[in-house]
Amino acid sequence: MLETNDVLLLARLQFAFTISAHILFPAISIGLANYLAVLEGLWLRTGNVVYRELFFFWSKIFAVGFGMGVVSGVVMSYEFGTNWAGFSRIAGSVNGPLLTYEVLTAFFLEAGFLGIMLFGWKRVGARLHFLATVLVALGTLFSTFWILASNSWMQTPQGFQIVDGRVVPLDWLKIIFNPSFPFRLVHMSLAAFLVAATIVAGCGAWNLLNGRRGEGVKKSFSMAVGMILVATPLQMIAGDQHGLNTLEHQPAKIAAIEGLWETEKGGTSLNLIGWPDMREERTKYALSVPHLGSVILTHTWSGEIHGLKEFPREDRPNSTIVFWSFRFMVGLGLLMLLLGVLGLILRLRKKLYDTRWFQGFALAMGPSGLIALLAGWITTEVGRQPWVVYGVLRTADAASPLSSQQVGTSLLIIIIVYFLVFGTGTYYMLKLMAKGPHDGEEAAEVGDDFGKSIAGLDHRPMSRATDPIDE
Amino acid sequence: MTIDLPTIWAGIISLGVFLYLLLDGFDLGIGLLFPFFDREGEREVMLNTVAPVWDGNETWLVLGGASLYGAFPLAYSTLLPAVYLPVIVMLCGLIFRGVAFEIRAKARRTQNLWDLAFIMGSGMATFCQGMILGTLLQGIKIVDGKFAGDAFGWLSPFSVFCGLGLLVTYATLGCSWLIMKTDGDLQRRVRILLKPASLVLLAIIGVISLWTVLGQPAVAQRWFSGHNFVYFAPVPLLVLACVVGIFRWADSGHDARAFILMEAIIFLGYSGLLISIYPNIVPPTLSIWAASAPRSSQIFELVGVAIMLPIILAYSALSYWVFRGKVRHGDEGYH
Repeated sequence: MLETNDVLLLARLQFAFTISAHILFPAISIGLANYLAVLEGLWLRTGNVVYRELFFFWSKIFAVGFGMGVVSGVVMSYEFGTNWAGFSRIAGSVNGPLLTYEVLTAFFLEAGFLGIMLFGWKRVGARLHFLATVLVALGTLFSTFWILASNSWMQTPQGFQIVDGRVVPLDWLKIIFNPSFPFRLVHMSLAAFLVAATIVAGCGAWNLLNGRRGEGVKKSFSMAVGMILVATPLQMIAGDQHGLNTLEHQPAKIAAIEGLWETEKGGTSLNLIGWPDMREERTKYALSVPHLGSVILTHTWSGEIHGLKEFPREDRPNSTIVFWSFRFMVGLGLLMLLLGVLGLILRLRKKLYDTRWFQGFALAMGPSGLIALLAGWITTEVGRQPWVVYGVLRTADAASPLSSQQVGTSLLIIIIVYFLVFGTGTYYMLKLMAKGPHDGEEAAEVGDDFGKSIAGLDHRPMSRATDPIDE
Repeated sequence: MTIDLPTIWAGIISLGVFLYLLLDGFDLGIGLLFPFFDREGEREVMLNTVAPVWDGNETWLVLGGASLYGAFPLAYSTLLPAVYLPVIVMLCGLIFRGVAFEIRAKARRTQNLWDLAFIMGSGMATFCQGMILGTLLQGIKIVDGKFAGDAFGWLSPFSVFCGLGLLVTYATLGCSWLIMKTDGDLQRRVRILLKPASLVLLAIIGVISLWTVLGQPAVAQRWFSGHNFVYFAPVPLLVLACVVGIFRWADSGHDARAFILMEAIIFLGYSGLLISIYPNIVPPTLSIWAASAPRSSQIFELVGVAIMLPIILAYSALSYWVFRGKVRHGDEGYH
């Protein structure tokens, strides 16, 4: 039994590690691809070269991130079989086809338009190039669509029946458009936009702090801070709606997020902070506000929320983890809102580019989008436990029949390789960002690159950036 | 005989894996040949011959994996745990190799380090792929739809030999590719390697064939029972003919012939593998029908693949066409 638990824990750690490392890069790609589409659209509309300069600058960083996402994604497409054979055997009939559609979407995007977008600047007309950029941006959202359809189905499964212990799909529309899917799709897409916005703002802040005050630096900083101001409240609304949906379909997850053990009559209080203890079945050191839980989660004064004690012990997710991961996400969201509002105030006072403490704040918030994204995913994934397909298949029954030596060894190999490879990739992206956009330089450089690639037939996004990595 | 969904899917996945071996084989081979070529600009040229296509070549591995998962979840969920560590090491090798390929071009002081990563990554990935094929050919024990074999069943003299065999295969394929794509001194030096390499390859194919036939009665039965051998005899005979052809044309001016013959050998070897295991997808017990996903899954997935497969094929063919011809030192590279 101990052995089984060890293997399960190691397999879960491995999946958590590989998927966390992976999701950072697609999130950056989704956000930056859409930002690039906006930049190019603005350039075509206004003719202001600063947008084109920014387009070239950010497309290099986008390309490296995209390459890293593809590479780390290959591992994911095999891990369901290596580590989660039970899951593939029982639910592969749903998860497999959805994943294949994602792969096909990504190929289509890569084959058709990414090359033109990254290398085709002088080969195709401006309008066609813009079309390619828009299609790449849409393509990243389509990939998101399939992956989230798959994940949401695992959270709120429907449209199938169980035959001989295996899932048999009955209605693909119901499977794809399952109850939590629309909320998750919107929440994740906005999260990716905020990832890009915080990174662009952080990069702008770094360059401003280092005395680079070119128009490109200012423009990108201003756009990103504006985006944070607009997208953060939208994300809060989306998150709130997602919460209502979760309360309806996965009440145990909500109870765990709130560290709520008893079903409180006549209005549920909200634990602001505290330490949920799974063994003692209570939340220690809780600081709680009466009725606030009902107000936030049911939008009524005295709405009832089922406490964790109403669920059998073996069906409860780990409240200690999700209580804090959720608060981490929300806390970072509130800081983003603060950043956006302060930015607005400084903008109105025409001090946006001259306030060093604000730039320091924006720089510190650079990775906040990524951290909040991870915290959110940890909340929803750990909150689904002990199920891998909610109410259908337990995580313990989804694991592969492997020994802890094997899983432990592979985990070690993966951690080392990932730190070396994605550490280098991240370092390179940061190095590119630290240089900042330069006036005029980019277009000439792209002209050079372009001779080396024919009409966008180059598959390799990472060859887009040509700056040395170790000088 | 009516053609049913599992058969169609088995065909698609066989094609995907075949294209993978065919295409990624030669660019992994470039990595394996890297240590032997380090004169001025040689590595640059070698990389430039595959730069526009290697990334596309690898997509067949992803497509193959994802399709196998969707169409034959039972094969996916029994094969992968059975070859657990080789799969993980292969993936890590491919990651290393892919990133090294890109970063090497942007590196100055650390270029040797990235070259090493490229060589090691290519070698690890190839060796593990060979071990995976060997383990599959040996057969995987399945009880109640779950992998029930030994945790280190993938580590046997046979699978290790297959790993070494695939190293030789890809390296030889890489040689023939370079003969086609380069000229001058580099081509001359690659040419020297081709003949001995193809002889070693022939010996390896012979040993693996004998080993499977002697070690596995089911495979022997398949090849030799009744009239079967008459139908299948062309496979080994054609392999022999291809090697003879390589010897004959190795030093002639027909630079593409060795490559085409090498691809033919891969095709024949792969056909031999399929003949040995069909209609099983994971020998010795799991057939393509038993491994199939429900009909609704296979149909749903087939729609997407039927649309995309021709597009991907056409697009890949176009890439190869556009980038045809010799690559020379000092040419505008792709970096």
